[in-house]
Amino acid sequence: MSDDVAIVGIGIHPFGRHEGVSGMEQGAIAIRKACEDAKIKWSDLQFAFGGSVAAGSPDHMVSQMGLTGLQFINVVNGCATGGSALISTYNTIKSGAYDIGVAVGFDKHERGAFRVQTGKQGERDWYGGSGMALTTQFFGMKINRYMEEYGITQSSLAKVASKAFRNGSKNENAWRREALGEEEVLQSQMLSYPLTQYMFCSPGEGGVALVLARADQAHKYTDKPIFLKSAVVKSRRYGSFEVLAPSLALDYADGPTVDASKAAFEAAGIGPEDIDVAQLQDTESGAEIMHMAENGFCKHGEQEKMLADGDTEINGRLPVNTDGGCLANGEPVGASGLRQVYENVLQLRGQAGKRQVPNNPKVAYTHVYGAPGISGVTILSA
Amino acid sequence: MGQVSINENVMDLTPDGPRLKGMRCNNCGNHVFPMQSGCPKCTSDDVEEVQLGTQGTLWAWTIQGFPPKAPPYLGEANPEKFEAYGVGYIELPGQLKVESRLTISDPSLLKIGMEMEIVPETIGMDEEGNELVTFAFAPSA
Ligand SMILES: [Zn+2]
Repeated sequence: MSDDVAIVGIGIHPFGRHEGVSGMEQGAIAIRKACEDAKIKWSDLQFAFGGSVAAGSPDHMVSQMGLTGLQFINVVNGCATGGSALISTYNTIKSGAYDIGVAVGFDKHERGAFRVQTGKQGERDWYGGSGMALTTQFFGMKINRYMEEYGITQSSLAKVASKAFRNGSKNENAWRREALGEEEVLQSQMLSYPLTQYMFCSPGEGGVALVLARADQAHKYTDKPIFLKSAVVKSRRYGSFEVLAPSLALDYADGPTVDASKAAFEAAGIGPEDIDVAQLQDTESGAEIMHMAENGFCKHGEQEKMLADGDTEINGRLPVNTDGGCLANGEPVGASGLRQVYENVLQLRGQAGKRQVPNNPKVAYTHVYGAPGISGVTILSA
Repeated sequence: MGQVSINENVMDLTPDGPRLKGMRCNNCGNHVFPMQSGCPKCTSDDVEEVQLGTQGTLWAWTIQGFPPKAPPYLGEANPEKFEAYGVGYIELPGQLKVESRLTISDPSLLKIGMEMEIVPETIGMDEEGNELVTFAFAPSA
């Protein structure tokens, strides 16, 4: 494993709904906190990558942060927008072009399910018009088929959601901080069979910033540098089953999560058995279950027993979504992947407070998945 | 006032029902819906428009339990009047799996592998007062 790049500062603006605070201001607040954490000033940053899907061009924030002339590049890459900003920052430092920079992600979405416009210009939007083109439908169909194929029960879906809200209740930056029992989760409105309202995350707001530096200079900024072992984004291959697809191939191929996970483990030179804590995309509770297997942490179908045994609880064998995940934090697309990394840095530093994973976790994993069939994975080590 | 296809580039409305327009690759035989200019399987641009099959088997399904946002939705988006509908992928033999509305919205009546066929479904009205017709799949008669 090479120690090329370290995370030396982290900052977050709480997730949730914030009337009167723009998405970009939430990103700017996150950067100020990350700079404070790294004991640097905005003017010390040599470059930035900023990600936002719905809250404006991130580089516009230089007018409030300070016109220092730094290289600031915007990234928009579907649900992997935040992760892509991080990968770009990582590669920039690894290449030797700069010594220190920041990855920032923020967003602010309208209420309710994501509105997807699929029509071509000048044509009637038949896809959304017919009542398809909803990301929620994809997740319902995928887990419904998966449950039949691998014997996963609806009770397991409820267990995942209930764990998310329990963990969220221990996270002062989470949106939903009220613990919810499995029965309440099951009794909430059926949105997209077999998934109920509390099994789904909601689009939301928030911002996260991470200051990255050359590993050999990291101790200038922090006593506890966290090393970024690998960061990978993969798009889909022919035959995979993806969100927002009017048709699918008859052939079947693994999705981008499987590809990104394999590539990230290979680059880091370790395997799933070495991971002490994982943040996995939980757009809805079925996604967390499927992603446990797609990321190599178990075989398909083993999740049923793992959940029954509490393996993915904070004190379990493989803690998953210790900060409450997307279910408790909501999904501001530009910030979501960076929130996972923020949480893992806290866990590896031993600063996660009431939700700290016991026994000094050393290696941590993040995974995002989303439209239009894209996945991003990072591996961090203390 | 009559019935018109929701979009003639993707679907013809014939007296026998809706007929979907897909892409067939002349290089590798792969199919995609709707029509597009290149093949995602082999990267060839030697493609042609073909009519997709009308019968297949259910591959995956869910029930849409809340009204989609309008726009883009053209159907009943008022929560008071909205009725749940099925959505699924139907495997058309030798071609592809197509995503479609399903006429069934009761989970106990849907089963992976069941035989289904294409039927017309009126979704709304156009500016001239015509019924806008889209496609759905129903259990085979
Ligand atoms: Zn081809």
